[in-house]
Amino acid sequence: MFVIKSESRRQTFYLYLFISPWLIGFLIFALYPILSSLYYSFTDYDIIHPPKFIGLANYTEMFHNELFWRSVKVTLRYTFISVPVQLLLGLGFALLLHQSLPWRGFFRTAMYFPSMVSGVAMSLLWYWIFNPQIGLFNYMLSWFGIHGPAWLMNPDTALYALIIMSFWTAGSGMILFLAGLQGVPASLIEAANLDGAGRFRIFLNITLPMISPVLLFQLIMGLIDSFQVFTQAFVMTQGGPNYSTWFYVYNLYTSAFKEYRAGYSSALAWVLLIVVMLFTAVIMKLSRRYVHYEGGSRR
Amino acid sequence: MSTVKATSPLGPPSRPRRRLAPVKIASFITLIITTFLMLLPLFFMVSTSLKSKREMLKFPPTFLPESWAWSNYADIFETLQFGTLYKNSLIIAGLSVFGTLLSSALVAYGFARYRGRGNNFWFILLLSTMMLPYPAIMIPQFVLFSKMQWIDTFLPLIVPAFFGSAYNIFLLRQFFSTLPEELFDAGRMDGCGELRMWRTIALPLSAPALATVAIFAFIYSWNDLLTPVLYLSSSDKFTLPVGMASLTSSRFRIPPWHLLMVASVLAMVPIVTLFAIAQKQFVEGIVLTGIK
Repeated sequence: MFVIKSESRRQTFYLYLFISPWLIGFLIFALYPILSSLYYSFTDYDIIHPPKFIGLANYTEMFHNELFWRSVKVTLRYTFISVPVQLLLGLGFALLLHQSLPWRGFFRTAMYFPSMVSGVAMSLLWYWIFNPQIGLFNYMLSWFGIHGPAWLMNPDTALYALIIMSFWTAGSGMILFLAGLQGVPASLIEAANLDGAGRFRIFLNITLPMISPVLLFQLIMGLIDSFQVFTQAFVMTQGGPNYSTWFYVYNLYTSAFKEYRAGYSSALAWVLLIVVMLFTAVIMKLSRRYVHYEGGSRR
Repeated sequence: MSTVKATSPLGPPSRPRRRLAPVKIASFITLIITTFLMLLPLFFMVSTSLKSKREMLKFPPTFLPESWAWSNYADIFETLQFGTLYKNSLIIAGLSVFGTLLSSALVAYGFARYRGRGNNFWFILLLSTMMLPYPAIMIPQFVLFSKMQWIDTFLPLIVPAFFGSAYNIFLLRQFFSTLPEELFDAGRMDGCGELRMWRTIALPLSAPALATVAIFAFIYSWNDLLTPVLYLSSSDKFTLPVGMASLTSSRFRIPPWHLLMVASVLAMVPIVTLFAIAQKQFVEGIVLTGIK
């Protein structure tokens, strides 16, 4: 009895010893900031002078602020196109490469390569690609006799240019899907094949359920990432032209660190946090019916 | 299932295999085309970086430079203090990788090995912090770091790495959980302390997972723009992304296109090198820790 008790105590002791770096980090770099930004969101605060409590004023202002709604619209439009297409492309590439084909290793590396350029380097490259006078994109369109638009300089096309650019890194999702596909037991596929099931049926009834956890993970992480788009707006468009790429986080950054309205920006931060949590919760709930976990019952 | 079975009688076993051939040819052609499209921007990135200022403005763009302007690569060091930017980014990324590896491996080991009270609770909390958007917490963090007089130093970019990052902890925990218990029993028999078992048993066996985490941490730090933009104000402390972002600013009447491409190529070099060195480990790491 004594031995068991001390053993469980020992386990608890070492657990907390080993996870203490994260625990301390969580308290200082996550929990404290979340709570204090909640407090700041009810104040008038410029980072230099002490915050002044103003109740819900920041939130009411936000809902009447045109730029806020613009940033929501821009971000959602970007998200709803870019995330599903990236998922489909990643899955499609992975399915193509999950066969014995010549040059497989080359294709896999080539597809993943663009993901290594992400960040500012990628933005600079595509800044040139989308240049209407000398860029690659309109040149390639001209092969097909299409006269391309001004892309980043045109308010109607700037956001779509950034969406197109996001497809270029679909290879990073492909790697995860490939790993997922390797986990699908070959015996299951063979059995279905013997039963006379076609390719499409096998994909729908076996492959897709088996990799659904990867799909779910990527959907959620993809959403969270695209709610936080900043680099492209900062480097390529500065939110323009005419606010057509005024992303949510760019708006948040501008009002906090250009206009020094930390109180108002904290309210923006909290709305972002709640929206992210809501989206994640809804997706998790909806997915419970479709996502298959090994060892768990599906229905 | 039963309807399919009824409509297709059992044919010879070779039939489905022969039918795959056209699918494979179509896949191969699709892959050739997509790979071409994916690699074309990269090709032009390198070739444009070697074009003269005049050739750069030609339309349609030439595939290969008419005259190879290697001097572009020297120019960037003058226009941008590129050497300083590069050094700063390397220092920050190097220390961040070290901090992330050390802390994440410790924390992940704790979660994987000890069934202590609260293990589940903290682990779920850890997973949920993966959803926490950085912009949602950056303002109070900024206030905190400015109170500590850390503004315009590298500290806000490095120190948080030493407290673990959720995604990497998760990845490593999955890996550590697959290590056989007997190894650690044997270690304990030999009188190994817990920390020593972590260092001499768990870490050496986890090279693929650690390489994967190192690569993720490096890319994250190397590409990060928002944090250094917030914290660094004097130009001799700027990181590569901050310096590179200034190339599109309005201080250039015409963007220096050749320098944009030179900078992008040079920014890519460390990441590609890392991948080349650790590719086998990386692929293995992704597969072994695959999200399930």
